[in-house]
Amino acid sequence: MEYFLQQLVNGVTLGAVYGLIAIGYSMVYGIIGMINFAHGDIFMIGAFHALIVFLILGAVGISWLPLALLIVLIVGILLTSLYGWSVERIAYRPLRSSPRLAPLISAIGASIFLQNYVQLAQGARPKPLSQMVSGGITLMESDAGFAARVSYIQIVIVLLTLALMAVFTWLIKGTALGRAQRACEQDRKMAALLGVDVDRTISLTFVIGASLAAVAGLMFTLYYGVIDFFIGFVAGIKAFTAAVLGGIGSLPGAMLGGLLIGLIEAFWSGYFSVEYKDVASFGVLVLVLIFRPTGLLGRPEIEKV
Amino acid sequence: MTGLLAGLDGGKLLRHVLGAVLITFLMTSLIVGLELVATQTGLSLRPRYHIVLYCVVVVALGSAAVFALVERSWRLPMLVGVVLAALLLVPLLTGNLDSDLAFLLPFPVAPLNWLALFLPAFILMRAGQLAYASARPPAAAARRRELSRTGKLISMGLGLLLILAAFAFPVSPWGSRQLVDILTIVLIYIMLGWGLNIVVGLAGLLDLGYVAFYAVGAYSYALLSEYFGWSFWVCLPLAGLFAASFGIVLGFPVLRLRGDYLAIVTLGFGEIIRVVLINWYEFTGGPDGIGGIPRPSFFGLPFQANAPKGGGETFASFFGLSFDPYHRIAFLYYVILVLALFTNWFTIRIRKLPIGRAWEALREDEIACRALGLNPTNVKLAAFGIGAMFAGFAGSFFAARQGFISPESFVFIESAVILSIVVLGGLGSQLGIVFSAAILIGLPEFFRELEDYRMLAFGLVMVLIMIWKPTGLVSHRDPTIRLHPRGDGR
Amino acid sequence: MTPLLTVEHLTMRFGGLVAVDDVSFTAEQSQITSIIGPNGAGKTTMFNCLTGFYQPTTGQLTLAGERGDFLLERLDGHRIVRDAGVARTFQNIRLFTGMSVLENLMVAQHTEQMRASGWSMKGLLGLPSYRRAEEEAVHLARSWLDRINLTDKADWPAGALAYGDQRRLEIARAMCTKPVLLCLDEPAAGLNHTESHELNDLLRWIKEIHGIGILLIEHDMSVVMGISDKIVVLDYGKKIAEGTPAEIRDDPRVIKAYLGEPEEEDLPDIVAADLDLDPGAR
Repeated sequence: MEYFLQQLVNGVTLGAVYGLIAIGYSMVYGIIGMINFAHGDIFMIGAFHALIVFLILGAVGISWLPLALLIVLIVGILLTSLYGWSVERIAYRPLRSSPRLAPLISAIGASIFLQNYVQLAQGARPKPLSQMVSGGITLMESDAGFAARVSYIQIVIVLLTLALMAVFTWLIKGTALGRAQRACEQDRKMAALLGVDVDRTISLTFVIGASLAAVAGLMFTLYYGVIDFFIGFVAGIKAFTAAVLGGIGSLPGAMLGGLLIGLIEAFWSGYFSVEYKDVASFGVLVLVLIFRPTGLLGRPEIEKV
Repeated sequence: MTGLLAGLDGGKLLRHVLGAVLITFLMTSLIVGLELVATQTGLSLRPRYHIVLYCVVVVALGSAAVFALVERSWRLPMLVGVVLAALLLVPLLTGNLDSDLAFLLPFPVAPLNWLALFLPAFILMRAGQLAYASARPPAAAARRRELSRTGKLISMGLGLLLILAAFAFPVSPWGSRQLVDILTIVLIYIMLGWGLNIVVGLAGLLDLGYVAFYAVGAYSYALLSEYFGWSFWVCLPLAGLFAASFGIVLGFPVLRLRGDYLAIVTLGFGEIIRVVLINWYEFTGGPDGIGGIPRPSFFGLPFQANAPKGGGETFASFFGLSFDPYHRIAFLYYVILVLALFTNWFTIRIRKLPIGRAWEALREDEIACRALGLNPTNVKLAAFGIGAMFAGFAGSFFAARQGFISPESFVFIESAVILSIVVLGGLGSQLGIVFSAAILIGLPEFFRELEDYRMLAFGLVMVLIMIWKPTGLVSHRDPTIRLHPRGDGR
Repeated sequence: MTPLLTVEHLTMRFGGLVAVDDVSFTAEQSQITSIIGPNGAGKTTMFNCLTGFYQPTTGQLTLAGERGDFLLERLDGHRIVRDAGVARTFQNIRLFTGMSVLENLMVAQHTEQMRASGWSMKGLLGLPSYRRAEEEAVHLARSWLDRINLTDKADWPAGALAYGDQRRLEIARAMCTKPVLLCLDEPAAGLNHTESHELNDLLRWIKEIHGIGILLIEHDMSVVMGISDKIVVLDYGKKIAEGTPAEIRDDPRVIKAYLGEPEEEDLPDIVAADLDLDPGAR
């Protein structure tokens, strides 16, 4: 029971991180129908920004954690979203009316570029960060002495994710930007005719996606304490799987998919084998897609003939 | 000054450049400007803002030039191109990396700095084109059909010439060991590209896990030779068969899925196969891989210095030559050349058969295909299986050439590279794949010592080619069958 | 003699919406049966049930052609064409636009060609038996191209053709599958007067020369009244009338469904004129 609870806590934390990245994939797919392969690398850059800002803050002596977190959050989001914006502006916008595969290849190119850019700038070696937040709450302890614990970092991650989700939902449902975005999702040409600035809306979509990825990067840095230039690839693929599992284009679906992938991974590693956890998540994805070809919360597609 | 900015809105230009400068500065300020250095107490930061400054200057000049080019003004880009070229050329010509002017050079190694000249050269070229175009009235786009006809003839001639050159190359005076080796690698990718072209280019199925079938082929040969001692020539068709069966078995449940869902599932399969290869230690050797894979022989004659233990002859002794490792390299080159050409022949041929037409029709409109009585699943499975078969062939050749394989060689990035070769070449174009493989695989192989910058440039080139030519390098499609012979004016 | 196609109690529901509601009718060999009705009456949905794109909620669709008897609702979409011989065209033309005109007609003969090419083996080896089969296929395609005056443009990409040419090519392509029943979804939409006259001739010619049944959804009354042997009228998913063009012209229920003004005097002409201009039908 304790063991189960522990895996549950770990799975939810992991799922929160995946979910935040998955939203970026899902939003971009919803609005321009392409797989933004560079998104995982934006997440990686977000993690690097978080690490560097933490070190700067440490150097100038700001040690009160909530303030430090807030500064890291703001700076990280600002700088990382610039990457999201630039990638769209340079690599995707010129290809908007091209055949479907062109932006995909461009995205793979951008992903390779960003990975090697960071590797070149910061070296290939993993970068460790001394633990910022320690301690936690013991939820339950068994007679054998195994304790299910939820660390403060995990609490911060889950709370931050919930807060972001609330803000994000309001952004999509309640603001003019969100309306413009939903309009572009439905029909880009028509939205343009009705006076929606499509270029700006798409740019903002990338900025929002990158911001969420930046937060996920910050969480990753805090949670694992070690980052390198390659984390974006693995996390990106997982998050994309999550987005597809939840139904790509659907934002609650992205979050749900992230949560599921996190849980599957945690439980599979906890009960079966760590090595095959990726196989488990992909296996579930394939199964779900076979029975629900548009993912869990995706709109079922009606074939127009 | 006004002449320089002729036809440009100065204020807009200024805003554009300032924006680019600001964004570049912000983007590079932390990642590039501060280097993470490991010390005994943990990480510390070391500033290096001269590189940020460098990036900012280059972006400022470059964005000004691009802005002007987009607005069809050529004087400013001309100036920028000349200035950039001079900044690179002066230190490169007057001295070397130790000279006083070396700080002007972007890269720590000379060959890359020469390559960096590509940027000003490109700007100058575009500016020159615009200048030329603005000086003369636009020529009428007449006789386009004729042009495309000669274009077709040229490309056919070029193809023949390339094949002849490829066969003659190892015995020509230029055929050095290193070059033949590089060409062998390029040919593997050309073959993989041609194989994937059936799946992506013809049938329009986005496969992001193609490398999985390559891995199946490689491991088939490695394991069959390890456990049963079978030779390469026996295993080659088997490897193709295994890979094809894998393709069909995997494809069966997922080929109903729409494009992008198929992409993620194939990507997933690629990763699953890799994870299994890593973790099934007893069978595949896990991350250590399989070594000592026998090399292919020439009709039973091995390429060795000394005769095999049980007696018999080697390739060198049989033909009365003195042993030279170059023989084996050249032989491997010919093997892959023939395999690749077979792939090419097969693809060209099958494109003109009913199944090939069905693939292209399916790519265009699946619903219409169903309304014509085609079974989409079968048609797709055929493409998937045949594409996988060629990956299997290429994989078993790869294993035979390397003599050692491990899961490291079959990562996602390989799939991405093969897919890029196909798309950059122009979907469905056989010749285009040769060009793009040469650019994406051949060029980086030459610059292997520049490990880090190599992949950076690789990513950049992918983006730039796509923006420059979104339909690929060669995007002309010729009908598979004609009612009227070419060139009778219809 | 049993009719070629018998539709019995066909119903198609999407959730709460009943798109086709208990419709029964028959279509005969060598006859043109038209299905008319206002927009949203369920005509295209019924076509989609017939050609296997939708699985009908209830009902039985029997086809009794030269190739034997088939229960269409039990067959997969592609088998309805391949085995039973029901071909169709689409409201918004679905040609393979990137492929040439001739290739479009060759793809339509896929099943036979595939068999002739020995599932590509004979084709790869270039055996004469396959080459002959291919020549025959080209011959059939050519005869259709001659009929629809597209021989000169055989090697053009289909997407480069004019709109009317694309319509006729789609019909020719459907005919190249050698069907026993041809289902046409608004073939005259977007055609000008000359073109729709040509279309009338083409359909009559197909009916007479090939002797197959034609099922036609159409808004253009000049086409429907001119060539139909029988007309079935749908409204809100229900069949409200069935009969010869003359009978339908005078049927008050039909007039009401179209105009909702049963008092008017010379309604039939108004029906025709109104529907001709109806922007929704375009």
